[in-house]
Amino acid sequence: MEPFVKITGIVAPLDRANVDTDQIIPKQFLKRVERTGFGEFLFYDWRYQSDGKTPNPDFVLNFPQYTSASILVAAKNFGSGSSREHAPWALMDYGFRVILAPSFADIFYNNCFKNGLLPIKLPEETIRTIMDNAANQRGYELTIDLENKRIMDKNGFVIEFDMDPFRRYCLLNGLDDIGLTLQYSDDIAAYESKRPSWMCGISI
Amino acid sequence: MKQKTMFEKIWDAHVVRSEEGKPAILYIDMHLVHEVTSAQAFDGLRMTGRKVHRPNLTVATMDHNVPTTDRSAPIKDRISKKQMDVLAANCKEFGIPLFDLHHTLQGVVHIIGPELGLSQPGMTIVCGDSHTATHGAMGALAFGIGTSEVEHVLATQCLQQLKPKTMRIDVQGSLPTGVTAKDMILSIIGKIGTDGATGYAVEYTGEAIRNLSMEGRMTVCNMSIEAGARAGMIAPDETTFAYLKGKLYAPKGSDWDEAVNKWKMLGTDPSAEFDTTVEIDVSKLEPYVTWGTNPGQVAPISGRVPDPETFANETDRKAAKAALEYMGLIPGTPINEVKVDRVFIGSCTNGRIEDLRAASKIVKGRMVAPNVNAIVVPGSGEVKRQAEAEGLDKIFIAAGLEWREAGCSMCLGMNPDILQPGERCASTSNRNFEGRQGKGGRTHLVSPEMAAAAAITGHLTDVRQF
Repeated sequence: MEPFVKITGIVAPLDRANVDTDQIIPKQFLKRVERTGFGEFLFYDWRYQSDGKTPNPDFVLNFPQYTSASILVAAKNFGSGSSREHAPWALMDYGFRVILAPSFADIFYNNCFKNGLLPIKLPEETIRTIMDNAANQRGYELTIDLENKRIMDKNGFVIEFDMDPFRRYCLLNGLDDIGLTLQYSDDIAAYESKRPSWMCGISI
Repeated sequence: MKQKTMFEKIWDAHVVRSEEGKPAILYIDMHLVHEVTSAQAFDGLRMTGRKVHRPNLTVATMDHNVPTTDRSAPIKDRISKKQMDVLAANCKEFGIPLFDLHHTLQGVVHIIGPELGLSQPGMTIVCGDSHTATHGAMGALAFGIGTSEVEHVLATQCLQQLKPKTMRIDVQGSLPTGVTAKDMILSIIGKIGTDGATGYAVEYTGEAIRNLSMEGRMTVCNMSIEAGARAGMIAPDETTFAYLKGKLYAPKGSDWDEAVNKWKMLGTDPSAEFDTTVEIDVSKLEPYVTWGTNPGQVAPISGRVPDPETFANETDRKAAKAALEYMGLIPGTPINEVKVDRVFIGSCTNGRIEDLRAASKIVKGRMVAPNVNAIVVPGSGEVKRQAEAEGLDKIFIAAGLEWREAGCSMCLGMNPDILQPGERCASTSNRNFEGRQGKGGRTHLVSPEMAAAAAITGHLTDVRQF
């Protein structure tokens, strides 16, 4: 995983609550067996008209000022629904590196960290301010500084955000968490030696 | 000794290592795998040269995109077929047991886990699927994970987890006739909202929960994720033990006795504390129906489509407005006047034998309304055989419903079973998101009895009138 330290990018406002993973990446695109190539199908049902090809001019990500956005701001409960990791893969592949929202669904939130996509929870009022700035100021940019847990714009807006220290540490260093767990293989073996025999697995 | 909740007991018993300021390393007893969220995990193992640590603690099946029509015919969708072939190849390469498309025990992953006795009380159970909380009905800590975590479990049989908070949902009263576990959980989601339990492991308690069958408990736990919960669980009791005894992979002989003795200790201690408690009384509950595009947008069958303007905050008003527009519904319309084009009975929520029995009672001797297409998709090969042994298939077919092979089918529409744009469906599944059952499709979540009633009348109907 690539480390995440600091980025500056254009903010796209998606003013919807409960954006579910079926919207982020509809199921017909889950049949790929790779992790890449999902970006073109991101928000497919909203992004394209019924022919599945012509961009829907009313959808915010199709507005010319947001085509190079790398920060998405949305309303509460972003990423609800399915556990599909294809959702963060699609957001990353499209070009997003940061999602700002008042709240996230647990599995989606967790999946983001495994892929170097940074989900940040902010108070509703702060989200509303950022949403309004992104909607009203063409080319509105934010700088996201994970090292210092700070978000700022060029006009003097600065806020700090909270993040679990271990998750932050892993993102900053681009750590492979499977590798971290494998360092404890002695502890795992010790645990396994105490498991009851009836839980020792099946064969068909 | 410290009083503990069931969640805390199971959690503590699975901590392999914990360090201040870091997530716990949690041992996973049972890992379930299906074709859609595993391919990239196996690829990850190959890229890093890692092995599967405990291949026989992972069990694979094919369910999400399998066809539910004649299994002897070749699979037409080449990409779906590739995904199934890749799973079969991965299971072979890494030595993982697989119930493939042609295995007699194939079925929806959350149906076969309990049915085969793979899911047992006190276990940690994970699967790359958000409805994994279903297995929590056995008294297990079961939760959905993403593909990176699937890879993590394969490589280490462990996960790094931050401890969720605990919530108790206490359900009192006895369910009135015609009102089911599905109505209970829909009403709970309606009450606390689709993010009401985000960050929590939920334990369902109370008289109404105790009186549910194991299958009803599974329906309740299954939809915990629709309230945002990390997990949903119910303490094991005699109902649980009676269900499990004799199941294919349940402990046998003296192991069984030892296991039951351990399982009896799992329940939440009398003065253990939860971070939050929600209380609900179901003695006057009605059958529930969703009217919107998330499972929290619900109304009783005697209700009306709500007016978005009546919602207290701006976010909910906006969401309701967008939902009604998508659903093609007018505020004030009586719910029982909403016509349906399709009916789906099945899924990990309501595809078990009791669900099919309940639905068959409603349609027996009646005919599906003209212009309604209704399908019944058993949750597993076992459910299908049992239903056929009881003659339920004949009742459904005689009433004009289609009788299919086991799979996830129209719950998520990854196989050919999908809604056309604008079609409206009474569905026993778990999600009514936009496009969930097919682009432009409109889903109303209901119980199996309510779905059966809608199939007969052609509109959402109060099953208590049958």
